[in-house]
Amino acid sequence: MLNRKITNHTLDNGLEIITEKMDAVRSAAIALSIPAGGCYEPSGKNGIASLLSDLMLRGAGDYDSRALSVAFDNLGVQYHLSPGWHQLTFSAATLADRLPEVLKLVSDVFLRPHLEQKSFEMCKVGREQTLRSIEDEPRQKLMIELRRRTYSPPWNRPSEGSLQDLPEISLQDVRSHFEQCSVPSGAILGIAGDIDAGQIVSHCEDLFKDWDGEAPRLSRGTEPKPDSNHIEHDSTQTQIGIAYRAVPYRDPDYYRAWTAVNILSGGMSSRLFTKVREERGLCYAIGASLNTLKDEARILCYAGTTNDRAQETLEVTIDELKNIDQGVTESELQRCQVRAKSALIMQEESTMARASSLVRNWFHLGRIRTLQEVREQIESVRAEDVLAYARQYPANNLNVLTIGPQPLQVEESA
Amino acid sequence: MKFEQDRLANGLNIVAELNSKVHSVAFGFFVRTGSRDETDQLSGVSHFLEHMVFKGTDKYSAEDVNRIFDEVGAHYNASTSEEVTLFYAAVLPEYLPVAFEMFSSILYPSLRDDDFKMEKQVILEEIGMYDDMPSFTAYEKLMQVHFAGHPLSRSILGTVESITALKAEQMRAYHESHYLAGNMTLVVAGNVDWSTVVDLSNRYCSHWPAGETARDTSEAHPTGGTLVLPKQGVIQEHIAQMSPAPPSASPLRFAADVLTTIVGDDSNSRLYWELVASGRAEAAELSYNDYDGSSGYMTYLTCNPEDVKENLDAISRIYEDINKNGVTAQELEQTKNKIASRIVLRSERPMGRLSALGNNWIYRREYRSVQDDLDTLQSMTLQDIDDLLQQYPLVQLSTVAIGPLESLPE
Repeated sequence: MLNRKITNHTLDNGLEIITEKMDAVRSAAIALSIPAGGCYEPSGKNGIASLLSDLMLRGAGDYDSRALSVAFDNLGVQYHLSPGWHQLTFSAATLADRLPEVLKLVSDVFLRPHLEQKSFEMCKVGREQTLRSIEDEPRQKLMIELRRRTYSPPWNRPSEGSLQDLPEISLQDVRSHFEQCSVPSGAILGIAGDIDAGQIVSHCEDLFKDWDGEAPRLSRGTEPKPDSNHIEHDSTQTQIGIAYRAVPYRDPDYYRAWTAVNILSGGMSSRLFTKVREERGLCYAIGASLNTLKDEARILCYAGTTNDRAQETLEVTIDELKNIDQGVTESELQRCQVRAKSALIMQEESTMARASSLVRNWFHLGRIRTLQEVREQIESVRAEDVLAYARQYPANNLNVLTIGPQPLQVEESA
Repeated sequence: MKFEQDRLANGLNIVAELNSKVHSVAFGFFVRTGSRDETDQLSGVSHFLEHMVFKGTDKYSAEDVNRIFDEVGAHYNASTSEEVTLFYAAVLPEYLPVAFEMFSSILYPSLRDDDFKMEKQVILEEIGMYDDMPSFTAYEKLMQVHFAGHPLSRSILGTVESITALKAEQMRAYHESHYLAGNMTLVVAGNVDWSTVVDLSNRYCSHWPAGETARDTSEAHPTGGTLVLPKQGVIQEHIAQMSPAPPSASPLRFAADVLTTIVGDDSNSRLYWELVASGRAEAAELSYNDYDGSSGYMTYLTCNPEDVKENLDAISRIYEDINKNGVTAQELEQTKNKIASRIVLRSERPMGRLSALGNNWIYRREYRSVQDDLDTLQSMTLQDIDDLLQQYPLVQLSTVAIGPLESLPE
């Protein structure tokens, strides 16, 4: 059975190690998360976490920047280090027999990064380039700015950083962020693939036993929150973003919320796709997803449409989001469940997906929800549960944001 | 892992790589038709037709199609390129028959007038969406400039004008002449028996019209050109460049893959260290884009407009050095490791095998296992890279720039 293949182990310093043995794969993947995301940045210095994730890979242990990169390539590792709202996460996959050597490199990156001035300057210029490029991608900018408006500081900070704060950040800021946040307490290491759990855990114990430090404190988040609902942009399409409250992953109602969102936007027979795209031809891209932090969550909805059809698109979309409290059909429920079953089983073919899922589960729940358990939870959701949920968390008090040449009319009742 | 292959009487090619150890099965219909097979009047029809397929048949309405695929939890979609329209799905093995029947039915859609009219709006929205994405526009315009006068220059999406003017009967005629069994390859990968594949294809595909359409695959002889498109509201300069590379059937294609990874991968490559790691550019990459008969090395650069000249000069110096001195043995070894690992990781999922299996068959009528690819990679030498560079050196022949600049600095 699945859950017998999963192990967890807490080191004395607090690092959680979760492993999953997978069949029929030659690879292994890891995800290592530390409490170093945007919510730990001081106010006015958004971007420290993203700069740290750029800088940690620019030399560590005995390796300078280039040697580290070469070492990862020689081991055939596909990897990235990405800042999130809570955590900063390193993800990697390679052939399973190379995993011990990869973990050694990873311990250098997390325990002994160089964090040098020269590399810092290059990372900062590079980060500015990345942020400028986001300005050229209205859809990506929309979601960043929508989050900024729907959550409160420190949770609304873009994990990519911001052009406004970037000049204020010094190497010292990044170093102190590292010192406070690269700690085993609150760190989670997920390992999945063709592995021997006992051997790999004991190897990790050796590598990480000298890591120490207490979990960092959250930033107070005193920066002002933007409230405009339109950003002017000279574009062919208007980007529409809508956000409203939902329940987070650890809430007992999570799978009700998940089902509601999937009825709205999971697959091409879902309501938004059918009503807005298929029946009216208003847009090419439309969708909604459940964005979950640890203690709160939102449904984030997106549509992109040419400017003269944007008002109609907004209205039809909001109507659909609201209408879910009028009832869902058995057939909609059934489709959600089969789609979930397929997705979960196919997840077992990807070591990277499994490693990330182990870390995500541990972060949100402090335990592992097995794929079997997820499936049972989803299959236990009834139509009346979805309705009850939709009435408790209706599509009201919407945050609406548009990017395009003209603002749209948003009704008061929204 | 077992390979099987067959061809139905009507010409449909079937290739399958069977693997009972995985959980899912993926399949795809590769239709040999794309923008290069169109005319000015029909510009964008292949892609528009890809959308119309999902509008269903007399038996299945558009709503049925979407619903039934979701009922079996299929991960499915379609794509259109210059030369292939691909319809694919990954499903759990027990749902293969339903998903297979659906795709094989809708490949011969009703193409109803009202659906056509509605979907035209969606296509125009898709054109609008890409119009706001400078990286996409740069690619499309680069193909127009680089392959000027050659079929590969044609836009996949078409234009607002060509799509607006297109009539349903033109699409029906295009469908009738291009969706012939001889133009199609069915590719299956994953957990399924060969006998099931044979049964399903006999049952649902054997009545398809036979035939094959000719395609002009003569090699392009690009003379280069530069196009600068100033664009309001864009703050970075997005530059794409192209020069000739080995066509998709050439044995040099493996070396081209390795070379472009050494020079222009998104991490740990020559371009990366010179331009991206130093913060001089947001992106600086080189890729090998292979097409039927003519391919291209594509350079892609995004940076501050004021740094464009310096960065393009730096890229020229790197290319000159590579053309003159080749790559190092160390670079070759590291890159082999990097690519080998990518091949293995990608291949662990049936969906990850689909495009490799399909492309090998439609372009070269060959089957290559993962091990074949790894062996070829391991046997590559510096001499192979030099041979490639002799015939296809790295140059910046055609250029398109989109962003704040009115013209490119000399």
